[in-house]
Amino acid sequence: MSDELILEGDVLVVGGGGAGMFAAVAAARNGASVFLLDRNVVGRGGATIMAQMTCASALGESEPDNPELHLEDTLGAGRGLCNENLATILCEGSPKRIRELEGWNVNWARSEDGKINQVKAPGHSRKRCVYVDFLSTGAAICAALRNKTSRDGKIRRLSNVTVTDLVLRDDAIAGAVGIDVPSSKPVKIKCSAVILCTGGMTKMFQRTTASNNLAGEGIGLALRAGARIIDIEFLQFYPNGHLAPRMVGLDPTTWEPTRVKLGGRLLNGKGEEFLDRYGVSGGGDYDTARDILTYAIYKEVEAGRGSPHGGVFLSFQHIEEQKLKDALGPVVDIFERNNINLTRQPVEIFPIAHYQMGGVEVDTDLSSSAPGLYAAGEIAGGANGANRLSGNALPEAMVFGERAGEKAAFYCTRNKTPRWDDKAAQPHVDLIRQTIGRNSGDGPSPGEMMSELKSLMWGKVGAFRNGPDLEMARERIRAMRQSELDALTIAPEASFNYGLVEWFELRNGLLAAEALASAAFARQESRGAHQRDDFPAADDQFMANQRMHLEGEELVSEFRNVRA
Amino acid sequence: MTAANPEHVSIVKTARLQVWRGTNRDSEHYDEFDVAFEDGDSVLDGLVRLRVNSDPSLAIRFSCFNANVCKECTMLIDGEVEYACIAKLQPRLMQLDPLPNLPIVRDLVTDTLSRKERF
Repeated sequence: MSDELILEGDVLVVGGGGAGMFAAVAAARNGASVFLLDRNVVGRGGATIMAQMTCASALGESEPDNPELHLEDTLGAGRGLCNENLATILCEGSPKRIRELEGWNVNWARSEDGKINQVKAPGHSRKRCVYVDFLSTGAAICAALRNKTSRDGKIRRLSNVTVTDLVLRDDAIAGAVGIDVPSSKPVKIKCSAVILCTGGMTKMFQRTTASNNLAGEGIGLALRAGARIIDIEFLQFYPNGHLAPRMVGLDPTTWEPTRVKLGGRLLNGKGEEFLDRYGVSGGGDYDTARDILTYAIYKEVEAGRGSPHGGVFLSFQHIEEQKLKDALGPVVDIFERNNINLTRQPVEIFPIAHYQMGGVEVDTDLSSSAPGLYAAGEIAGGANGANRLSGNALPEAMVFGERAGEKAAFYCTRNKTPRWDDKAAQPHVDLIRQTIGRNSGDGPSPGEMMSELKSLMWGKVGAFRNGPDLEMARERIRAMRQSELDALTIAPEASFNYGLVEWFELRNGLLAAEALASAAFARQESRGAHQRDDFPAADDQFMANQRMHLEGEELVSEFRNVRA
Repeated sequence: MTAANPEHVSIVKTARLQVWRGTNRDSEHYDEFDVAFEDGDSVLDGLVRLRVNSDPSLAIRFSCFNANVCKECTMLIDGEVEYACIAKLQPRLMQLDPLPNLPIVRDLVTDTLSRKERF
């Protein structure tokens, strides 16, 4: 057990999705030596690869557009809580990254005149969203970035390595500690800067579009390192999440891009159009913001007019078969394998946990309040306020990832002296060793606790919330985090001990979940994606960002006026 | 259109999974598990449930969960190379083995990473 693995370099990027890979490329091209780590496989895990279609960028190819208009739409969707500086960086930076990816062989779909084809996604005032056919935007971006990062001599990619703790010296980043999953050996990473690109915490919800590795671990790591988080109560529920019949081989988000291309009628259990009851006009069109659509679907089901599985119907039966095939290509075959024939039957949909608006509080350099700690992509809070505009997640990953990589590289040139502190790292290394084989016997496993957490978050901290439920959830999570976690049984196996990985996932993820429940309790109003049944209206006194940090073992919250 | 489609009513069935266990090919053995499922559920659904309900020490690997994009859940299902996330559970005995011709990490996990991407 004495052997441990050691890495030494300038920048550590945690998480190999779109933001992480862009961060690694940018840090390397600005002179840094980079480690790019992923719990799963670099470029294949996380959220980016799951993205099927829309990527917002004011290229102006399909119609006149500019970043100022994109910003206006972004701020509108954010319901007053966006950090305007971060949103501006996102909107202004997007076209450059789209062109850059084009140079790296991402084949953006084009119209017959040869221009990049841009479509209008919900909440946008222009045809602005680029994509790769068929429904493979994220996969194409990831393939290009995997290729790019594998050819760069300054980047070392390591898959199946999970980061469990950040190491600090005088409150600044000195490195990190993690686990090499195949061998369960502790890993020490000595570096000057860390960029967290671990995505959100949507895995914590029973119905989710998340990959298995999106459990909010980065939020836990950041809080423990003394960084502040912001607006963590805002979690987007994706209205058109697949519900039934059972469908595998395709992401449950598939109906939104399908609607972007084809339209599609939303109908209640009686087969009636219902969106006009909730002030939404034109049910066949598709331009309603996500938070409003989620509200309408929930309320229709609540009124007893849901579909058999407790959602609503989405029907494409009015669309000709050939038009369906042209728009969806090989995806039609996947529907067929799941016995879904869109010309004959509707599918059932219901909102599903999709995206975390809040996250680590960052400045315009993507730097957190802990020196040397950066965050990019979904885990970076601020740009999206109370509700993210459709299509803004991919540009956020690219633009913020690239910028964080550049700024972290600059930070390293200013902070060359190694800060690594073996004494500070030792407790983290010891914890890994002590956790293998802990509490052998028939006690509950981390998987069982995660199952309970997922149903708790879905049931009590979901799209519609109330004070007593949130308080109950917060207390339950706190009990899991502060006592029950230590009683979980972990298998003694050395190789690919996934229970060990899950224990550390819970250790950081429970902190993230408690922050979410606690922040949702404190925001006594309804705004954007945060809806309280007991406070159904927006309240001007909460036109403010909620910041949180850890003091000892306790989360502390404060509201602060939104900054320009 | 008709509102409620009776075909959507799910029926619970049982699959018997015969799962290869071990850390090297010489000391192999199989464990058998019964897994309840609804029509349309994947083999990965069954394995994930099995880890929570029966045996948390079973090693499997996946990331995207039934979207078939991460390609991590490749294994032998009844002797054929398949993705566990799109292979459907069947109400019969199904044999699950690690991929052949690759080093075993443990159970159904094989070393599919390129040399330069791991320690």
